[in-house]
Amino acid sequence: MIWNPNKECMSRDEMHALQSKRLQKLVTYVYHNVPFYRNKMQAMDLSPEDIRSIDDIVKLPFTTKQDLRDNYPYGLQAAPASEIVRVHASSGTTGNPTIVGYTRKDLAVWSEVMARCLTAYGVTREDTFSVAYGYGLFTGGLGAHYGVENLGATVIPTSTGNTEKHIRLIRDLKVSGIACTPSYALYLAETLEKMGLTKEDIGLRIGAFGAEPWTENMRKEIEERLGLKGYNIYGLSEIMGPGVSYECSEQNGSHICEDHFYPEIINPETLEQLPRGQQGELVFTTLTKEGMPLLRYRTKDLCTLMEGECACGRTAVRMGRIVGRSDDMLIIRGINVFPSQVESVILEMKEFEPQYMLVVDRVGNLDTLQVQVEVRRDFFSDDIGRMLAMKKQLADRLKSVLSISADVKLMEPGSIERAQGKGKHVIDNRILK
Amino acid sequence: MTIKQLSVFLENKTGRINEVTKILSRHGINMQAFSMAETADFGILRLIVSDVDKAVEVLRGEDFAVMLTDVVYMHCPNEAGALAGILDRLAQGEVAIEYMYAFAEGDMAHIVVRPTHIEQCEKALA
Repeated sequence: MIWNPNKECMSRDEMHALQSKRLQKLVTYVYHNVPFYRNKMQAMDLSPEDIRSIDDIVKLPFTTKQDLRDNYPYGLQAAPASEIVRVHASSGTTGNPTIVGYTRKDLAVWSEVMARCLTAYGVTREDTFSVAYGYGLFTGGLGAHYGVENLGATVIPTSTGNTEKHIRLIRDLKVSGIACTPSYALYLAETLEKMGLTKEDIGLRIGAFGAEPWTENMRKEIEERLGLKGYNIYGLSEIMGPGVSYECSEQNGSHICEDHFYPEIINPETLEQLPRGQQGELVFTTLTKEGMPLLRYRTKDLCTLMEGECACGRTAVRMGRIVGRSDDMLIIRGINVFPSQVESVILEMKEFEPQYMLVVDRVGNLDTLQVQVEVRRDFFSDDIGRMLAMKKQLADRLKSVLSISADVKLMEPGSIERAQGKGKHVIDNRILK
Repeated sequence: MTIKQLSVFLENKTGRINEVTKILSRHGINMQAFSMAETADFGILRLIVSDVDKAVEVLRGEDFAVMLTDVVYMHCPNEAGALAGILDRLAQGEVAIEYMYAFAEGDMAHIVVRPTHIEQCEKALA
């Protein structure tokens, strides 16, 4: 099913025309309402008239997370305070939080794009859907919530915490769909097993997983343990929240709602726009946003964009999986290492729980990488030789994927801290705080 | 005779063995023998206890990775050459030993052997 075929299946020419028209309007709007952008454009000797089509987007300045922090709280807001009806904020663990104000129309667009996602996953008005993203300043909870309501399904606003009660609700209210982080989905599966229940005792059919990078192997693991089909959902609060892109039944990349969010891939070092199909940093321009519109916002997420018609009938460009974040990337002995690479190796081996921690340290002048993994109860052996072989097998596979050697540390099951929200997978002791 | 040994997977972390012994003590389970095999980052605690089924149940309940292993228990006089005699018989029966632990007390010595093949070991000792 397709929620809005007019937009989701638009011809490429029509989409180009629509995006061009919207970009022109957006640039004029921010030029006259956001001094930050007016100053930047004037410094580049650029006026709104210079933007004639979506292809002129490369002339426009970028926006970074730092720009949002520097203009805290409302410096980048374009709409007057009287038009803002809601505010969300990012966590701000590394500085000022990012404040995003939404107008009534922004919220309508958000619940529209969320309804597109949920429809693509197969959610209908008959479904009961649990939103287990955190409710509050984080966009996950409320964003998904209003999407479910817009679609007309029944929403259970579970939020996070109290997982056993959540599982009882899933069972008793016949909840068929859930939105949460992939880490939380695994925690849910673990708790289910601990309660002595099986996936057959609950009737979950659809999972909308996002807010952190995850891998194909993790998808298989979650699907197997919860008995549902897992779909990727992507979004970020600076641009909107969940619903920026979503997987369809083909699961070959996530369709971007590009009538609202225009994507580009750039080389994060030279800032040049890269052709479709090449991997680089994902950049979004909010074509229709009123509250806090952004030009060429650098997401730090690394992925590729794919064009071409999809068997599902949608024409919107697709983004591949996020392979990492340019700021999640660890540089160990000069080699780029992404936690997601380690995760996919661990998930390929049935001997280990899908929980891991990378501990990076520096001994003398040499960086060291330790990968901590939990041994599954069923694979624990009284035979030390067998345990050491298991450890060596993982170390060998890690080495072939990462190109650097990692010291594997076997941990007791349950000993690595479980995440309720976004999983934490790296401890970098090299950073002096 | 063949008995069940309890094997517990432990991280090398201060106080971890103590947690196992505390749990067993809380449930009134007595430890009759134990040995610790260790590597740089983990260890395997091997125990002979008074109530092996209950020990498995309570340790699993506290999230420990636990398994049962068949081992051969025997005893001999606490005197020079007694163990050598037993090991001779095992060698003649071509029994391979993965590990063993033993201790002596008064007139008696107690030995726990983990052979690669239990039956072969029993036969050699019969």
